[in-house]
Order: sequence, then structure tokens, then C-alpha cells
Amino acid sequence: MTKSFCIPSVFARVAVAAAGALLVAGSALAQEGAGLEEAGAHVTNIASLQSGARTFFNYCSGCHSLKYMRYSRIAQDLQLSDDDVLKNFASAGAKIGDLAISNMPSKPASGDVPAQGAEVWFGKAPPDLSLEVRAKGADWVYTYLKRFYIDPSRPVGWNNTVFPNASMPFPLWELQGVQTPVYAPAKPGAEPVVEKLELSTPGKLTPAQYDDTVRDVTAFLEYASEPAALQRHSIGVWVLLYLAFFTLLAYLLKHEYWKDVH
Amino acid sequence: MANEVVDPGRRRFLTATTSVVGAVGVACAAVPFIKSWEPSARAKAAGAPVMADIGKIEPGQKVTFGWRGMPVFVVNRTSQQLAALKGEDGRLKDPDSNNTDQQPAYAKNENRSIKPEWLVVVGICTHLGCSPEYFGEIKAEPFDPNWKGGFFCPCHKSRYDISGRVFDGVPAPANLQVPPYHFVSDTLIQIGVDPQGAA
Amino acid sequence: MATTPVRIQPKNRLLAWIEERLPILSFLSSHTSEYYAPKNFNFWYYFGSLALLVLVNQIVTGIFLTMFYKPGADTAFASVEYIMRDVDWGWLIRYMHEVGASMFFIVVYLHMFRGLMYGSYKKPRELVWILGMLIFLALMAEAFMGYVLPWGNMSFWGAKVIISLFGAVPWVGDTLVQWIMGDFNPADATLNRFFSLHVIALPLVLLLLVVLHLAALHEVGSNNPDGVEIKKGPKGSRFGADKPADGIPFHPYYTVKDLFGVGFFLVICAFIIFFEPTVGGWFLEPDNFIPANSLVTPAEIKPVWYFTPFYAMLRMIPAKLPGVIIMFLGIAVLFLVPWLDRGRVKSVRYRGLGYKIGLGLFALSFVMLGAVGAGLTSEYIPAWFGPTADVTTIENAFGRFWLFVYFACFAALWAYTYFGWEKTKPVPERVTTHD
Repeated sequence: MTKSFCIPSVFARVAVAAAGALLVAGSALAQEGAGLEEAGAHVTNIASLQSGARTFFNYCSGCHSLKYMRYSRIAQDLQLSDDDVLKNFASAGAKIGDLAISNMPSKPASGDVPAQGAEVWFGKAPPDLSLEVRAKGADWVYTYLKRFYIDPSRPVGWNNTVFPNASMPFPLWELQGVQTPVYAPAKPGAEPVVEKLELSTPGKLTPAQYDDTVRDVTAFLEYASEPAALQRHSIGVWVLLYLAFFTLLAYLLKHEYWKDVH
Repeated sequence: MANEVVDPGRRRFLTATTSVVGAVGVACAAVPFIKSWEPSARAKAAGAPVMADIGKIEPGQKVTFGWRGMPVFVVNRTSQQLAALKGEDGRLKDPDSNNTDQQPAYAKNENRSIKPEWLVVVGICTHLGCSPEYFGEIKAEPFDPNWKGGFFCPCHKSRYDISGRVFDGVPAPANLQVPPYHFVSDTLIQIGVDPQGAA
Repeated sequence: MATTPVRIQPKNRLLAWIEERLPILSFLSSHTSEYYAPKNFNFWYYFGSLALLVLVNQIVTGIFLTMFYKPGADTAFASVEYIMRDVDWGWLIRYMHEVGASMFFIVVYLHMFRGLMYGSYKKPRELVWILGMLIFLALMAEAFMGYVLPWGNMSFWGAKVIISLFGAVPWVGDTLVQWIMGDFNPADATLNRFFSLHVIALPLVLLLLVVLHLAALHEVGSNNPDGVEIKKGPKGSRFGADKPADGIPFHPYYTVKDLFGVGFFLVICAFIIFFEPTVGGWFLEPDNFIPANSLVTPAEIKPVWYFTPFYAMLRMIPAKLPGVIIMFLGIAVLFLVPWLDRGRVKSVRYRGLGYKIGLGLFALSFVMLGAVGAGLTSEYIPAWFGPTADVTTIENAFGRFWLFVYFACFAALWAYTYFGWEKTKPVPERVTTHD
């Protein structure tokens, strides 16, 4: 090993290491986000996914579609029977291979024709949630579902600290209860800022139970964002084991040939 | 100092082992690509079983339903049509439906069906794929003076009887195919699914 | 000296018949078992073959993705989800292609850095370097268009920003932008033409350039970490009296060594593909899981990591046209390296201290500019300087400093070597070790 080789390569390696450190730190920071709570959702926990699916289809699917998810896939991945899924999750008359489209009527305005359905009632169509967790992150979805508060100034009567002035009413108020905002002392000329939320009316669930419920919904939505995640890990282990073995063999082969090169 | 002693046996062994392990890896890596050509979940959903309401089909009438992009004929056969089946065996290529590719076990009978009056067959000629026409009336036809009812394919003149069995002397090689199906009720059949516990 | 002419005469009659009419075996042999490469290749020499591997991966996975993807503003996004969910193993093919794209740039950047370190751009290899730089340009265009195809929100806005750069061209700018888009905004027309360019046009260009790159390399022979020309050195080895003393046949020595490199590289790729396919958003941005929306701009428009250093160069200049020019200059200056560097010593091992510092600063400035382009500075500055810090001013100062360093390295390289300030060490006649 020659000596002068080390120095610039050290520079290069430091640069690469610095880049790596920045990458890791950067992604850690990105995931934390400003004041988001950790969801702690695990897509590998089937029980959690089942519970989350139940909550989703009971409370959310009235407005929100999962237009890239098929009922048959949910049945397969969540280890439920086709009949279970069709009876408890799917809209009436749906077939097992259908996509989980909500029955909420929704038609945006086009040209002279005015909007219909959700656009009129809520101001905008409830977005499809197939990729919500991939787009916003599990922590965001989790925290969002915990931060609704009653706000008479909004048309739907509810507001949210994670997504201020969202057009969404709060479907889980029976479970969580009703939160009221406590405003920070307002600076002159500035809008009052919500400092914290207080549970003024308790719901059917304790805060810990509600957290679990929301965690399960988040886990289900994380699964819905990427169903393949359930298989990816288990297959990946085998692939890595094979490749490690192959690399070892390749190394032995290389070493064998290179014995006679000096 | 070069290591002059090259062990060719060890080299061969390692080369062979690495090649074999590598080849296995390449084969496994090819699997996802080959499997991606399988019908997707979307195709399977579209090819799902179809409910056919047969309540309003008149005796002697044929109605066509779509299943997996194919026409499926459902015929409400009259007793005369069923009676006429008996004398036909001598003119047919496969009167006993011995070609098991063309029907499930529960349709391997003279009527080629679960219930005698209801014929359910895929309306695609087994010759080159045209859709045969239904000629249900028992009367002489230009293509057959002894016509006892059945199907006639205009493309290359193949003929089938009222159970979809193919005639001798026509280009089609096999009887019309009976798809999996079962009776959900007296007026509703589901095409694409065998009956429960069917052989 | 050109590639050794080799004439294989197969014993098998069919092979002999083919060989007489189309000497494939001779051709292959002359470029593998009769191509003598220096025996001292080290870690930095894996990346050429790895780049070829990734290219093959992109083509094969790309061919299969094209079987299921539907180009069109209304269908593209949904077709990608169709691949991810409904197509058997579609998710794996997609991840292989997406991770492959980023790995391509990691490998290519390291491959280029090797070239700078060991002077592989110097005579007689200037054309190898130029062709490599052309591959780099084509690769950037290919990657940019590929990222637009899923038609997510970052696809749309990234396309809008990059295409609008062409609006900086004086007089014809606006016409040019509209001509590229085929519409008044990135739209269905834009997507469809990018699909064609990404799937067939640029891959053909890339393949041609890669073939020329390898042909040019084999014509003059490979460089090595000591920068010693083995063809000009002593002859005679156990492979033949006329073979370079420090050369070994590429096959089997480097085929077997590269096979090991491939295995190790695949372990890394497999880990990413199966356990962290988006690498926390670095390889595939979260905003791209939202369908393209011309009315909603993402909170932060930034390109994928491999473009971030050049994006930073653009952003650090406050005016549009100068910013675009500086950004293109940042790439163009690399084309000129064979002529900026007047030194005669190839490898960094024997070059002056100033060169080593310069090379290190160049690499560091590239990474720092990348941090600026990726928006890391706007995350870290409030963390380090407090929430009231003027992020823009600090970021501009930081970014412009490193932009200056980047270009200064090239200017300094020229001056350092032209005026003879560089003190080099004596270059050995023979390579030092095979390492």
C-alpha cells in the first residue's frame, strides 16, 4: 500500500462520509417534522391492520376512497375471508375484485356546469387516501387524526392544528371526544394561535385507547400506501442471504486466480 | 514473488461452484419478470364470475352473456329439442364427450349440462374461433336436410347439435366448450364457478 | 498501439463457419482474454463495470415497466400504482428501476472521481474522457425525463422548473420553452414526448456512447493508480514475451475481480430495494405520491439528490440567465479538464500537495453545493443559528462560497500546472502493487 495514495483518497472518503452523515441526519430530521407525534405504527402487525381497516371502513370510507386498493387484496393481506371483507368493508353490491371507491358523490365544476356533491357540501372533494401515508408520512396522518378541535368559525364546525382550515369534519369525535382550543396570548394585529388542545367532552375511548385506534388506522393506511411492504422484507432477507453467499464464493474465486499476480 | 503453484483443480471447482450458484441466482431473478406477464389483479377482477339471470328466457330461446371477454350461450331447450338429441350419435365426432378438455365432469352427459333444459356453452367455434349461429328449429336447413336443431358456424360450415356436440365431416375438431357454472337459484346461474363439491 | 488483432480458429465446424464470416469470437477475445490491463487496479476501478451492470438493469427493468406503464396525463400516475399493486412482482421491477437510477449516479460520480484522481483524462485518453462526459450529459437528461414519467406532483413541478430554464435564452427563450413542452404548461404532450425520448431515443444514444467510450479506451489501453503507461514500459511476462510486463489479461483476472465487485454492489442494492426503497425520500420524493397538480406547488421544489449540486449553482446566482449559464458552466468546465491540467504527471500519488488539496476541495464543494441544492441548509441553519436566523442570507453566503471554491479549483488547476508551481514526485517506471 503506497503512502501518498492515502491523502486525497482520505479527502474523498471524508467527503463521502460527510455526505452520508448529512443524508442520515437529513432523513431523520425530515421524518420528525415540526411537532409531529410518532405514530409507532407497524404494518407487519396484522391485528393492527385488521382493526385499522375496520375503523377506516366504518368511519372514513363514507367520504374517502382507496381507489388503488382492491377488496381482494385487503382480504388476502389482512388474512380475512372474502365474505368478511365484502360484508364488513365493501359498499353494497361490490364484487371482491373491485377497488375500494367511496360512494360519496363528487363532481368538480367544469365549464358552465356547476360542481355537485362533496365539492358543494365541503368546498372540495375528500381526497383519495391510497397514498396519503407515502405522501405525508405516518406521523403526519397519526398526529392529524389526534388534533381536531371544535371551531364554530369554520363551515364544517371543526378545525385542525396539523392542517389548519381543513374542509374536513371530524368523524371520530364519538371515540376521542371533543377537544377545545386554548389560544396563546394574541400578538397585536396577528391571528390567535392555538397553544394547546383540551379534551372538554370525553368520548367512548380513553385517550390511550383512542391513540391505539388512530395508530391502527395509520398502520392500515400505511399498508394501503404500499401493500408490497408486507412481502418486501421477508423476500429481502433471502435475497441478501443468497447474495452474501454468492459474494463470498466470488471472493474465493477471485482470490484463487489472483494468487499468482504480484 | 508469484505463487507458481496454480491448483487447476481448485480453480475449476471454484469456477464451477460460482457459476452454478450464479446461474441459480439469475434464474431466480428472472422469475419476477416472467411472472409479471401473468394476468394482473385487474385482469383477474375483470375476468371474475358473472351472474346470468335466466328467468326470462323463453323455451327454445338462446341468450348470450359475456364472461372473460367470451360469448357464453344459454339456451332454454324444449322437450322436442332434447328428444331429438337421441338419434344423432352416429353423425357426431365425440357423442359421449370423451374429450375432457371441453366440459367439466358434471357436464359429461348427453345433455352436456347440469339441468337437462339449460344448455350453457362458450359460443366460440372450436375450429378457428368464430361465433356460431343458433339454429334452434327442427327443420331442414340448406346445410343439413336432417337438421335437428343446434349451432351452425358460417365461417367454415362447422355444425354442432343442440348440446353443442360437433358433427362428423366438418373442420371443427371438438364439441363446444362448457364453462364452469352452477345454479345459484332456478333463475340465476353464475358462470365461472363450479358447483360446490363438484367433481 | 491499437487493440491486439486476434484470430481465433474454432475447432467446432459451425463456430468456424460463423467465425470465418463474422469474427465474433476473435472480437470478444481481443477485448477480454487478449486485452492487457494494468495489474494494479484498486477499489476505484470497480465502478466502470458496475456502471455497465446498472445500465443493463435499467434497460431490462425499463423494458418490463414499459409493458405496463401508460403514458398520458390522465393515465400515467394510475398506471404506476397498477404496476405497484396489480401486476405480479410489479413493485419489485419498479423499485429496481428507481433504485437503479440513483445507484447509476453514485457509481458514475465515483467513476468520474477516479478519472480525476489518476489523470485518466490525460493524453492519450482525452477522448475517453470527453465521451464519458457526453454519457454523463445524456444520463442526466435520461434521468430527468424518467422522473417526469410517473406524473406525480414533483414530476410536474420539476419539469416546469427545468424546462423554464430554457426561457433564459435571449430572444428565443419563450418560444423554446413552449416548443419543448408542446403546450403552455407541462402537459400530456410533454409527457408523451418525454416517454419516447426516455424509452428509446436516449437509451440508443447512451448505448452508442458507451460502445464508443469502451472502444476509445481499449484503443489506448487503461490507465492505473500509478499513472504509469504499461504499454510504454518493459515487455515480457509469463503471458508472452511481447506482452507488457505490468499487464494481465482482462479475462480471467478482471472478469473474476469484477464479479466479486458485482456481488458486493448487489448486496448494497438489494438492501436498499427490499428495506428502504425510497431512502427516506432521497431516491423518490414524497411529493411524487401526489398526482400532478398545476395549481398546487410543493412546499419545496427540489430535484433528486444527484442534480442538487448543479441546482445549487443555479440558485446561488440571483439573476436567471447568469444562473443558467453558471450551472451549465459547472458541467462544461469538466469537459475542459484535459486541457486545463498542464501537468505531465497523471496520478495523484505523485502530484504536488496543491493538487491533492484542490481535488479534495473540489469534492467537498460538490457535496456542500449538493447540501444547499437539497435544502439541507434551510433545515440546519435554524437548528444551529437559532430560529431567528436569516436563513436566506446565511445560505447564500455558504452556497456562494462553495460555488466559488468549485470553480476556483479548476482555475487554480490551470494556473498551478501552467506556471509550473506544482512540485511532483518522481513517477516510477513500473506499477507499485496490484493491491
